[in-house]
Amino acid sequence: MNVLPFQVIQNEPLLRAHGVTIEYPAPQGTVRATHEVSFEVWRGDRFVLLGPSGCGKSTLLKAVGGFIAPRAGSLVLDGKPIHKPGPDRIVVFQEFDQLPPWKTVRQNVMFPLLAGGTSRKEADARARHWLAKVGLGRFEDAYPHTLSGGMKARVAIARALAMQPEILLMDEPFAALDALTRRRMQEELQALWEEARFTMLFVTHSIEEALVVGNRILLLSPHPGRVRAEINSHQFGLHSAGSPEFQTATNRIHHLLFGPEGGAVEHGHANDAGVAAKAVLS
Amino acid sequence: MSAQWDPPVRPEYELPLAAAGAAGSATGGAALASRPFTVFERLGQAGWLRKGLLLLVVAALWEAMARWTDNDLLLPGVLQTGRAFVEGVVSGELPGYIGVSLWVLLQGYLAGVAGAFILTSLAMSTQVGRDLLETLTAMFNPLPAIALLPVALLWFGLGKGSLVFVLMHSVMWPLALNTYAGFRSVPETLRMAGRNYGLGGFRMITEILVPAALPAILSGLKIGWAFAWRTLIAAELVFGTTSGKGGLGWYIFQSRNELFTDKVFAGLAAVIVIGLVFENVVFQSIERITVRRWGMQR
Repeated sequence: MNVLPFQVIQNEPLLRAHGVTIEYPAPQGTVRATHEVSFEVWRGDRFVLLGPSGCGKSTLLKAVGGFIAPRAGSLVLDGKPIHKPGPDRIVVFQEFDQLPPWKTVRQNVMFPLLAGGTSRKEADARARHWLAKVGLGRFEDAYPHTLSGGMKARVAIARALAMQPEILLMDEPFAALDALTRRRMQEELQALWEEARFTMLFVTHSIEEALVVGNRILLLSPHPGRVRAEINSHQFGLHSAGSPEFQTATNRIHHLLFGPEGGAVEHGHANDAGVAAKAVLS
Repeated sequence: MSAQWDPPVRPEYELPLAAAGAAGSATGGAALASRPFTVFERLGQAGWLRKGLLLLVVAALWEAMARWTDNDLLLPGVLQTGRAFVEGVVSGELPGYIGVSLWVLLQGYLAGVAGAFILTSLAMSTQVGRDLLETLTAMFNPLPAIALLPVALLWFGLGKGSLVFVLMHSVMWPLALNTYAGFRSVPETLRMAGRNYGLGGFRMITEILVPAALPAILSGLKIGWAFAWRTLIAAELVFGTTSGKGGLGWYIFQSRNELFTDKVFAGLAAVIVIGLVFENVVFQSIERITVRRWGMQR
């Protein structure tokens, strides 16, 4: 394989997680959130961390964000180890209170830019550009409390993209939205990615969302979070939901997470997909 | 489980959506959606009007009591007090006293605010600061500022220094306590967002924590203002004039000595009026352009 040096550098993974073990203190001692998790995210990836609650996917994302220091293992972004939060990894949180309520929509998008030393004029132009992109051009001067949940999520995405981070960290960004809005947001995110081709690390507990949004999915089993599988989903888009291949993939993931060796105990009523999965795979 | 209901299958239907403005009858649509308030509804919503009526009732009761007592030395009526107040204002006597009081008050207040800000900033950045704030507020918040006056007089002498010292004491602890509680209740997500932008230390406090905790800080400022006002009037009553220039407390004290009870009441009225003006004009304006506009407080 004769590859030129600069191409080798180009083809390095952007984010490397190696043997990441995270523990957090609890009243009874420490609890292990993830156990020796390794994965690699490449530039342009829509990399999804998928698993049931308790698999440490959000904790893992916060560690990449620099908010939590792993107990063991390493997290390296673009060759530099991660040890504190920074504007090269902007997080879109699930909670609506991620937007400072004392700033208008445009000021919210400008805030991190100005904090990072961008000139006011430049920040203003970029904020307007990205707000128009997420369809909020008319609401630039509104305060967050006047917006709906979906609009707040859009502001958070515009704010993140305006920063042009190395990697965009999305922590179940649409989980608090109603089903119709969630679907719209997935479509819009897809369209934005087609246009801007950013790198994204996306946490979700929804198998469908993972398949639709991501191009590669890391499956995590809970208590503590361990890697179960890494699978491709680049072939699925918004319109493949309902297709036989999509169903098969859904069932496969369900089986991996909730099947006999999955480690997860399914809560609540058994999902039809689980039953179907056994039928397909046996 | 006695009866089993079996709903009939009904025909389906679809309707074309009528334009919102011209819905149904030409007259109905828009009028149904919104209707301006009637005059009475609007008057009922005006808080100043309701409160003003209440004040009038209280004043009438006062006047009736005064007439019934019929003793100017014990209880002058509303009209008499009002006359003394207006005379005091016109002659420039009352504004002079008010000016002296407010000037001292402002200095003590600002010193207290600065002290509270430094204490809470320390508390947000280090464990020692946190322990310090918690211990000091627990110790000094219940201590009436006026109880410190004898000590203050020993240290700073008979003058403005002592007053500013006790005022600072009366403002600092409640404000620090409120601000600290406000800082601690800032949502974790907002804090993480701030750290995500690379904010830390002082900028984290001024750009995230202070605005996010503004409702609590404002309520602390209000409490501090009221405490400072009380402390000041009490202190002036206790040791009177400072270097020949007295404040409102001194005015009240002097008027009592000279048995001008109506002037005593006029002085008290001045204290109340200034309190009302600050509460309803200054603090409410601040709230309207900040926390209420941002939807952080209703």
